[in-house]
Amino acid sequence: MSAITREEVAHLARLSRLALADEELDHFAAQLDQIVGAVARVAEVATADIPPSSHALPLTNVFRPDVVAPSLTPEQALSGAPAVEDDRFRVPRILGEEA
Amino acid sequence: MPYDEALERFEPVLGLETHVELGTNSKMFCGCPTTFGAPPNTHVCPTCLAFPGALPVANAVAIESTIRIGLALNCSIAEWCRFARKNYFYPDMPKNYQISQYDEPLCFDGYLDITVEGKTVRIEIERVHLEEDTGKSTHVGGATGRIQGADHSIVDYNRAGIPLVEIVTKPIEGTDRLAPEVARAYATELREVMRSLGVSDVRMDQGSMRCDVNVSLMPRGSTEWGTRTETKNVNSFRSVERSVRGEIERQAAILAEGGRIIQETRHFHEDTGLTTSGRSKEEAQDYRYFPEPDLVPIAPDPAWVAQLKAELPELPSVRRARLQAEWGVSDLDMAAMHNADAFGLVEATVEAGAPAADARKWWMGELARRANENGVALAELPITPAQIARVTELVKSGALNDKLARQVLEGVLAGEGSPDEVVEARGLKIVNDEGELSAIIDQVIADNADAADKIRGGKIAAVGALVGGVMKASRGKADAGRARALILEKLGVTE
Ligand SMILES: [Zn+2]
Repeated sequence: MSAITREEVAHLARLSRLALADEELDHFAAQLDQIVGAVARVAEVATADIPPSSHALPLTNVFRPDVVAPSLTPEQALSGAPAVEDDRFRVPRILGEEA
Repeated sequence: MPYDEALERFEPVLGLETHVELGTNSKMFCGCPTTFGAPPNTHVCPTCLAFPGALPVANAVAIESTIRIGLALNCSIAEWCRFARKNYFYPDMPKNYQISQYDEPLCFDGYLDITVEGKTVRIEIERVHLEEDTGKSTHVGGATGRIQGADHSIVDYNRAGIPLVEIVTKPIEGTDRLAPEVARAYATELREVMRSLGVSDVRMDQGSMRCDVNVSLMPRGSTEWGTRTETKNVNSFRSVERSVRGEIERQAAILAEGGRIIQETRHFHEDTGLTTSGRSKEEAQDYRYFPEPDLVPIAPDPAWVAQLKAELPELPSVRRARLQAEWGVSDLDMAAMHNADAFGLVEATVEAGAPAADARKWWMGELARRANENGVALAELPITPAQIARVTELVKSGALNDKLARQVLEGVLAGEGSPDEVVEARGLKIVNDEGELSAIIDQVIADNADAADKIRGGKIAAVGALVGGVMKASRGKADAGRARALILEKLGVTE
């Protein structure tokens, strides 16, 4: 089955904020198609007596008590950041959107 | 287009999405604290910073609080539901997704009854779900701190991962011209419910309660909804009302000219009361929701849910009805107190020992006037319910009259101390010294011989002028009733 189109890759690239060149769209479409095809084989073995699941373990209601645990120091938290300003993570300009 | 004209031609349909930060001790999926205003990136850990390998575990109290909110809003509680990943690329979430709920909300199909202009309006609730709050971005280098023109942004993740409940209404039809008031009344009532449950501090000014307001218009007589816009993060109840009004006027103007409404997010501007265009709304599937594989499903035990329901506190609408009966207050006066945000203050003043009528009189009269003059909310006045209760007690005991009481309130508001300290410092006690009062009255009678003669001649109504003179001479500190009796006695007149 051939599922992934060039347009879908372009759409995903836009959502992921990735700038892909035209030839890359074709390249990745083919690769993603292979990945989706491989995963799709799961559907072949899933039968009516196997309910869909989103977790590997048959558990529910795993909660933690509402208790404060130590946080990192700002130095620790920011130690892996590519850029830091005013004890905050510095990120490149965000265009056209506001949350 | 002017509001009245817009309403003649179009009918509004509303929808409100309200986010409430829960007041848990720790975050939704990790043990970081949730207190407001900490230095940047001091409430963060590997989980809420999405370091590789860190795993979320759901906060039990957040789950319980969400179910209690659902029950208070007359919702059904899911027997089984899951968290979902909402995927998007924006630096306010370090994971590049937000853990939320999608097609399996914890609570669904409820309602909240509100009162607008004396009528009960039922607002149907679509869903109540649980998610995590985002971090806070600051945009640097732009002229106004806004995203447009900014050079880069800096992010503080203290807020990222704080449990956030989203309450979504079904489309609200039939509000007609009252749409802005309905939106405001709903948001206000929702806050009261949250307060009564004690699940959040619901501070709109600090962002622990935030409203997104959806508005669409349809031509009169039509039943087909128009395209809606969503106005984000409207940060006060007044702004909720204004944003609905402004958006109705804006959309009506476009539609009247044959234009088309674009489905988009809009931003409300406090200064102008207008909205401006934000990003075009991404289609729901663009978030590529899927069940969160790092968390197991939630299956609340029905017995536990029944227990939570039985233990719900008295809800605000029930409490108001009870107090209205206890206080003997009309519907109109109740509405006035509600609109002025005075209800809780009056209630607290009564609890501090004041008669309800007096508590209401001060808050809705003198104090409302002063709050209005200063452009602040009643609750922001630097005076407490207990202090008002003390003033009413001093009036009741005869130590103050209403006029002096107003001066005491003025002193307390001016930061001169407690009511008793103001009375002492300003010398405001009623003149109870009969000798002093008698001397003042003799002087006033001497100064107003004509009026005194009229009274002696039987024209008792003229005594008002003399009482006025006594009050003036005593600078308001005489007991007017006592002065009147003494004047008549001195003039040898009986009523
Ligand atoms: Zn954390």
